[in-house]
Amino acid sequence: MGILVIAEHDNQTLKAATRNAVTAATKLGSDVTVLVAGEGAQGVADAAAKVAGVTKVLLAEAPELAHGLPENLAPLVAELGGTYEYLLATATSAGKSLMPRVAALLDVQQVSEIMSVEGPDTFTRPIYAGNAIATVQSSDKVKVLTVRGTAFDAAPAEGGSASVEKIASKGDAGLSKFIGQELSKSERPELTSARRVISGGRGMQNGENFKLLEAVADKIGAAIGASRAAVDAGFVPNDYQVGQTGKIVAPDLYIAVGISGAIQHLAGMKDSKVIVAINKDSEAPIFSVADYGLVGDLFKIMPELAEELGKA
Amino acid sequence: MRVLVPVKRVIDYNVKVRVKPDGTGVDMANVKMSMNPFDEIAVEEAVRLKEAGKAEEVIAVSIGPAQAQETIRTALAIGADRGILVTQEGAEPLAVAKILKALAEKEGVQLVILGKQAIDDDSNQTGQMLAALLGWGQATFASKVELGDGKVTVTREVDGGLETDEIKLPAIITTDLRLNEPRYASLPNIMKAKKKQLDTVTAADLGVDAAPRLKTLKVVEPPKRGAGVKVATVQELVDKLKNEAKVI
Repeated sequence: MGILVIAEHDNQTLKAATRNAVTAATKLGSDVTVLVAGEGAQGVADAAAKVAGVTKVLLAEAPELAHGLPENLAPLVAELGGTYEYLLATATSAGKSLMPRVAALLDVQQVSEIMSVEGPDTFTRPIYAGNAIATVQSSDKVKVLTVRGTAFDAAPAEGGSASVEKIASKGDAGLSKFIGQELSKSERPELTSARRVISGGRGMQNGENFKLLEAVADKIGAAIGASRAAVDAGFVPNDYQVGQTGKIVAPDLYIAVGISGAIQHLAGMKDSKVIVAINKDSEAPIFSVADYGLVGDLFKIMPELAEELGKA
Repeated sequence: MRVLVPVKRVIDYNVKVRVKPDGTGVDMANVKMSMNPFDEIAVEEAVRLKEAGKAEEVIAVSIGPAQAQETIRTALAIGADRGILVTQEGAEPLAVAKILKALAEKEGVQLVILGKQAIDDDSNQTGQMLAALLGWGQATFASKVELGDGKVTVTREVDGGLETDEIKLPAIITTDLRLNEPRYASLPNIMKAKKKQLDTVTAADLGVDAAPRLKTLKVVEPPKRGAGVKVATVQELVDKLKNEAKVI
């Protein structure tokens, strides 16, 4: 009985998140299969076969699988599920949509966002926005898990030499159709896997002022994030949001600018290695989790910071 | 069209949650309880559909202890028409989905709008599970909902930005933060809500086995971060990041 990891990809590239799930899988056993379901995704399957720790790749290609619609993908995963002991995906928006649907088809209670593997049926996971960590034991025969990406290092992209086997799609369920997408384009590192992140909050006052963060981000190769307040106010798009219900990040360096530090925001970034807070309010809760705090006017500080980093 | 909206009673989002010293859970004694914020957005969306003449009836359902009646009353004050309390404590998402499936079939609903996750256990499962059990399409993390003829077009907040999907009715929608801004219930509406119909059933009445599949072995506080230092200048900050933390 092995482990099946559902690959996250866009038919072109294998997303790094998949490799976090592979690492979690290797804590459960050594027989790790990756499922690549898509259309024209042979390249993704080849990339998955090279990931260290992967022993087999299943490739299902069909038009109805092109956009990962859970209605079409879940029946396929559930059918495969009977022959595996563990089904895993990283807790991305795609993984979160798919896995509960699979779990219900298998009559399994999923364990969401595991942070560690404590035993063959025992896992830790965050509850209450990460203000408590629960250790839970599953009594289901098949374990359906989503994995918190920041809790498991990505498996090396090279080192494996798995075989690729083609399997058939279960067809179009006829329940849903992909219409389109608007993806934020950025030359910067991807937020959830960036080693440095600089985020802005309500204190930024408007979207234009995020240029101040970009100037600093350019100097240190950082991704840009935001608090819910900044997204709600329309300063930046939704995919910038870091927090309990947004993205979970744990970079080496997190710089919070003009962010007060609501518990929902802290939930998304407090596992960062080093946290810097820049805020004019010295009482802001963000300072309670910051390794380095700088109290002052961000509109004065940010240009200075960009300049100072430029000196190197 | 009839719309079902599940609402969960959770610790208020402003409360700082404390772990019990014996590690069995979090302290719920004398803590302010409220409706899960994502469920409030779901109720608001359903009520707007009714106000737009696209839905005839909005049914709010809560699965929990007797006090969950208060949560249902809140939904009724926002504008739901009637409520159902399923008295079942500690139900896991799969059991909740089974209960909701039974209710959706019994009430003949065409649309179920749920919060994408509850802020207590942060599972983010129930809507997707319910969709699977009913064999319906699902639109998770909705930021815009357009009801059409026999279908619903939903803009969803995904990791890379926004995705638009078209889902055949009957369907499941789970709400994200920016779908709408829930109204405050007015005093007259709160008074009116007290007179609205609220039925009580049990999971067993609905033929659902709600026995848990997961066992919580312990609950602990996350590791605390050590107290940091305040720096006085940008130069000092950059120096610390370079030479002390060594992260740039």
